[in-house]
Amino acid sequence: MTVYLDHAATTPLRPEALEAMLPFLTEHFGNPSGSHAVSRAARTAVDEARDVVAECLGCQPGEVIFTGTGTEADNLAIAGVVARRAGRVVCTAIEHHAVLHTVQALRGDVVPVHPTGRVDLDALAAALGPDVSVVSVMLANNEIGVIQSLAEVTAVVVEHAPEAVVHTDAVQALPWLDVATAAAGADLVAVSAHKFGGPKGVGALVARSGVRLAPILHGGGQERDRRSGTHNVAGIVGMAAAMRATVAERELSVARVGARRDRLADALVAALPGTVETGDRAEKVAGSCHLRFGGIESEALLVLLDDAGVCASAGSACASGAMEPSHVLAAIGVGRAEARSSVRFSLGATTTDDEVDLAVKVVVEAVAHLREG
Amino acid sequence: MGGRVLVAMSGGVDSSVAAALLVESGHEVVGATMKLWGGASDSGCCSVADVDDARRVAQQLGIVHHVFNFGDDFEAAVVGPYVEAHAAGLTPNPCIECNRHLKFDRFLHRARQLGFDAVATGHHARVTCDRGRWQLRRGADAAKDQSYVLSMLGQHQLSRVRLPVGELTKAEVRDRAGALGLRTATKAESQDVCFITSTGGRGAFLGERIELRPGRVLDAATGREVGEVPAIELVTVGQRRGMGGAAGGGERRYAIAVDAVAGTVVAGTEADLLTDGLAVSAGGWSWTDEPVAAGTVVSAQVSAHGPPRAAVLEAGGRLRWLEPERRVAPGQTVALYDADRVLGSAIAA
Repeated sequence: MTVYLDHAATTPLRPEALEAMLPFLTEHFGNPSGSHAVSRAARTAVDEARDVVAECLGCQPGEVIFTGTGTEADNLAIAGVVARRAGRVVCTAIEHHAVLHTVQALRGDVVPVHPTGRVDLDALAAALGPDVSVVSVMLANNEIGVIQSLAEVTAVVVEHAPEAVVHTDAVQALPWLDVATAAAGADLVAVSAHKFGGPKGVGALVARSGVRLAPILHGGGQERDRRSGTHNVAGIVGMAAAMRATVAERELSVARVGARRDRLADALVAALPGTVETGDRAEKVAGSCHLRFGGIESEALLVLLDDAGVCASAGSACASGAMEPSHVLAAIGVGRAEARSSVRFSLGATTTDDEVDLAVKVVVEAVAHLREG
Repeated sequence: MGGRVLVAMSGGVDSSVAAALLVESGHEVVGATMKLWGGASDSGCCSVADVDDARRVAQQLGIVHHVFNFGDDFEAAVVGPYVEAHAAGLTPNPCIECNRHLKFDRFLHRARQLGFDAVATGHHARVTCDRGRWQLRRGADAAKDQSYVLSMLGQHQLSRVRLPVGELTKAEVRDRAGALGLRTATKAESQDVCFITSTGGRGAFLGERIELRPGRVLDAATGREVGEVPAIELVTVGQRRGMGGAAGGGERRYAIAVDAVAGTVVAGTEADLLTDGLAVSAGGWSWTDEPVAAGTVVSAQVSAHGPPRAAVLEAGGRLRWLEPERRVAPGQTVALYDADRVLGSAIAA
């Protein structure tokens, strides 16, 4: 049996999404930008998907831009705004690389976070000014699961950089938080379908009306000239179906998964002395269980877990596939050696009690084995 | 033999075939590529393209492949000491230290943690076992023999190391890779230190980490200053470049001794370069099996593909050449052999 505890990396495709997608991978193959009957069927599907996404994310349909990935949505948000209004870009030190590397490429500023993982609002205020055009603060972190208060962030931005727009990477948040409410104050919101049961290769950016955005992909002018390229119709339809189902089940799912996450974390912390849990559960998304197993190397632990059928991860992998030291853990003050002992178990809507029990058994045995030498 | 073997796959043809041979012989094989160096590199052992090659070969062979990030260990055990050695006027061999500390210590330990019986690499050398004692021997292809760079291995490591391609010539390795359709069959070999680029060389690399200081060249006979070198840290005992002589019509001149503290190089003639023996560094000899007794005549190799030289091991660990030989640059490894069998090794003082 495979125990999949890597939902922050990607999730299994929801049946609703697969069912919605199949017609657009078969008979309804049209290009939505055309004018004939075959195109119209595709166009209708994309428009209906846009309505669903807008409703789930609390925006107008015209504010939804379909993209190829969550990474593209983040890039478009930051680079697209800067292209219209030059200025400094600012983000937190724990952003996903899609934001962090974009900000660094634009020679922007990176703001520290507290050891809790929450952004240091004083440092944020100090980094802001009239020259800032974009402030990017993620809603929920991909490694440690910590949630940011965007209301507090927005208040600081309004005070110290009133001309700036606020972007939030909500890619990890969508399965767990009501993004429509939590990101209501953000001008730009990025999501990615495969993190909530949709297919890979499709994302969306909400750009609220009034936000001036230049395209980063030039071409046929799709998505109201904000994102060129033929629509991934099946992907967009699948994303909308997965999003609708995820949002509808969210409250129940959060309670259920949160309880399982608590059981997993409690059992491992109790069974393995020297284990430290990263982040306060009250400030984390329900599926996130990030543990540091003192004295062992997670790179070895992950191989043993893999051998036993338990899929988890540590930090983020570089292009070669090697695990890189986590910039997120460094930012919250965890030392390099300790960071190397960390594992991210990320639960999902499909995680079962049996899987949690098996994972506990396997992890306890593997950590004990590695600690023996 | 059987058993679970973790193969260190660099993405080159030798380790690809090593993995293939172990699969063929019925071992449970897993491949792993060590990511050691993240900086600039010509090809090195750990560029993304090489890791891709290793992964694709593993896929072809139907084996699991992992990537281990040992970058911090490589920096601490290989790159840092390499820089320190050059700063001290020595001529270190980082590939040997990588074998000592990474491939046959860190990687071996990781393999044991993960339940493997042995590790394998694509080195051209042979490990044999005689009455319970393990021996390291030269590879079947004399021109490609790599026993020298493995000469620090002792019984503890050798008992857990498999070198499947050591029985083959390089041509046979490529033939096997070709026959199996491995994508690495015709891949060029990496020759140089993986973290030194051919464009910048040692000087550019060291210059980013330490201050390179000019050195005074002193004549061996008179002690008088006869020239200058731009960087004392880059001078190797035995080198001719910068030592004057032949270019000016005179006798060839060589670096005889380097004193990094004083910032001086002693330059002399080929006769000055000759010596009757060498002392080894404080670490002393590491023996493949039992220590070699003082007075034993051995064959000593002082570079990766250099000719063996006859010597006597003296009490106290000094090596005395039977005929005068050129000085060995301090920091270089000296490997002792009995015919094709490695006896042990040390670092020249």
